[in-house]
Amino acid sequence: MAYVADLRLARPRKGKAARQKMTPLQKKEALWGLLFLSPWMIGFVGLYLLPMLASFVFSLMDFNPAVPDQARFIGFANWYRALFVDAEVRLSFLRTLHFAAISLPASLALALFLAILLNSKHLIGVRLFRTLFYMPAMIPTVATVIIWNGVLNEHTGWINMLIERVTGIKATGPEGLRWLADPKLVYYAYTMFGLWGVGPAMVIFLAGLQGVPTELYEAAEIDGASWFQRLIRITFPMITPVIFYQLVLGVIGSLQTFLAPFVLNNGTGFPEGKTRFYMIYFYKQSFTFFNMGYGATLAWLMLIVALILTIILFGTSRYWVYYAGEERSS
Amino acid sequence: MTTHIWLRGRRFSRRARQVINSILVTALALVVLFLFLLPMLYGISTALKSDAQISQIGAPPWPATAATYVYEGKEYEVYRVPIGDDVKPLALVKKGRTVSYFVDPDNPEAGLIEWQGSWRNLERAWKLDPQWNNLKDAWTRIEFPKLLLNTLMYAIVTMIGAVGSAALVAYGFARFRIPKKDVLFMLMLSVVILPGAVTLIPTYFVWLRLGLVGTWWPLIIPAYFSWGTNVFLLRQFFMTIPRDLDEAAMIDGANPFRVFLSVILPQSTSAITAVALFHFFWAWNDFFGPLIYLAGHPEKFPITIGLSTFNTLYGRFGNLIQAGTLISAVIPVLVFFFAQRAFMQGVVITGVEK
Repeated sequence: MAYVADLRLARPRKGKAARQKMTPLQKKEALWGLLFLSPWMIGFVGLYLLPMLASFVFSLMDFNPAVPDQARFIGFANWYRALFVDAEVRLSFLRTLHFAAISLPASLALALFLAILLNSKHLIGVRLFRTLFYMPAMIPTVATVIIWNGVLNEHTGWINMLIERVTGIKATGPEGLRWLADPKLVYYAYTMFGLWGVGPAMVIFLAGLQGVPTELYEAAEIDGASWFQRLIRITFPMITPVIFYQLVLGVIGSLQTFLAPFVLNNGTGFPEGKTRFYMIYFYKQSFTFFNMGYGATLAWLMLIVALILTIILFGTSRYWVYYAGEERSS
Repeated sequence: MTTHIWLRGRRFSRRARQVINSILVTALALVVLFLFLLPMLYGISTALKSDAQISQIGAPPWPATAATYVYEGKEYEVYRVPIGDDVKPLALVKKGRTVSYFVDPDNPEAGLIEWQGSWRNLERAWKLDPQWNNLKDAWTRIEFPKLLLNTLMYAIVTMIGAVGSAALVAYGFARFRIPKKDVLFMLMLSVVILPGAVTLIPTYFVWLRLGLVGTWWPLIIPAYFSWGTNVFLLRQFFMTIPRDLDEAAMIDGANPFRVFLSVILPQSTSAITAVALFHFFWAWNDFFGPLIYLAGHPEKFPITIGLSTFNTLYGRFGNLIQAGTLISAVIPVLVFFFAQRAFMQGVVITGVEK
């Protein structure tokens, strides 16, 4: 028994010993390394860690930078207001989720579709297509929003003209498809803006597809699997890690949707408040009304939601994300 | 293998099948590409339209003016007149309720052509007429030289910081044995999932207290403290550089900083270029930061905020607004075309390996 106790004691001692065992040379190396890491470490502490903690402190205060002397500590009053009193918090968050539920699958699906298309050995001019499909992602987002705002115009926009020409449905004019003014359509319109940004995801998916071992396809072909079967049974499972990564980033990004409603209608939520997303509400509270205590609370709530969603996604990942071999640990 | 092909398509040889597949797949890609870039064609076309055409109903979608024709010293409007099975552009010389007289601009010697019907039901003939002046006009009204200078300054000054600091940090992660290095690395990457808002308010408050809200400093300084994605990309690249050269330089008495400058950096130009491009495009696109820190200082606006303001002010002039978007997009798109190789490799490394 004494022996076991010894072992238990030995553990911390072992760590200490390891630290002491660092030779002067190793110490020097670690110091040099830390010196090189210092820009990140200073930035991490100064620009992330401390502001995050300070943000939490702010959330416990009634604080307006215009009158800093009147700042006072109000406990969890802001949190109570955000969670139980202020319905707009919940509503703007639900709008954001609703929009994300439409736009995110659409973007990922288009990116994957384009990647599969570009990965086809039958396609002529792959490089040119890749460049041209990527190009709109290089246009500043503000410009993208303004271009789409024009092309979706119900009177002069080409989208409605094209729909009318192809399907014969009356799409133009005041009774037509009012993409940006109809509360039922506006999320689809905003989704279209987002489609112009699929370039990076497309290229990443394409690299993922090219990384699938060709032996798998050859084996499946010999077994008589059709193109579609190969897509479902081989391609999709093999690139699920890439899809997963894009999904996580996409969810975090969607929570922060801000630019389009801000540029198009200055965050008024037009039409019928549908585009008053969470980030718009955060901006209004913090930088229009300068309720910075409450703004900090909203920001912390967003962080908590982002973390919860990420944890949920990671939780589901073991049911559908396939990690080949040892890659799981990396 | 042969039976397999035979089963799939008896009528075609293997080669013919491949040709057909190529045509089908490429045609599909072309259709998708056309739809995908349609808004861009719209933007270009609208940018070149005249003010008159913008507000005119029944105007064609391409930049055009209503055609006119000078006949015997007078200017007449040209209409599309159905004659027989044909539709001809003819100049309307004499208007009448039931009968009108036209002249054929291609053959004026033939004299007047009588046409039965109401000229009011006819469509105007349009001729292609791009208004290149719109670009110049938008350029001046949006004050593009000022915006361009601000944006370029911002992009370049922060690019130096972002690339330099990311390279130093990546070198630290790639080459040195540091206790708990893995934990630090994961910590750095996990910042990606942090919504920017959560650090914004205290940061803003500090800059406000320092009297620097309304200047570029709050936007520039953070770039010098390295971002996770850039570090990740450079670290992956540095790890592929063999250590032999490092060690040789060390034996010759070079300190680690010297090794970084004269061994690591010269071998990493492609990765450095990718990171520089990432940052350049990011800065060119940045909206939220300048919106918050430069509010009320239009002389310091970058292109994104300038364009957004222009859009609000000139809402009625769809042509000038689209001209403005074109101007704002030209530089990043050109840079992308010339540098896409290094850039796309970078996109792949940060997206697939992480």
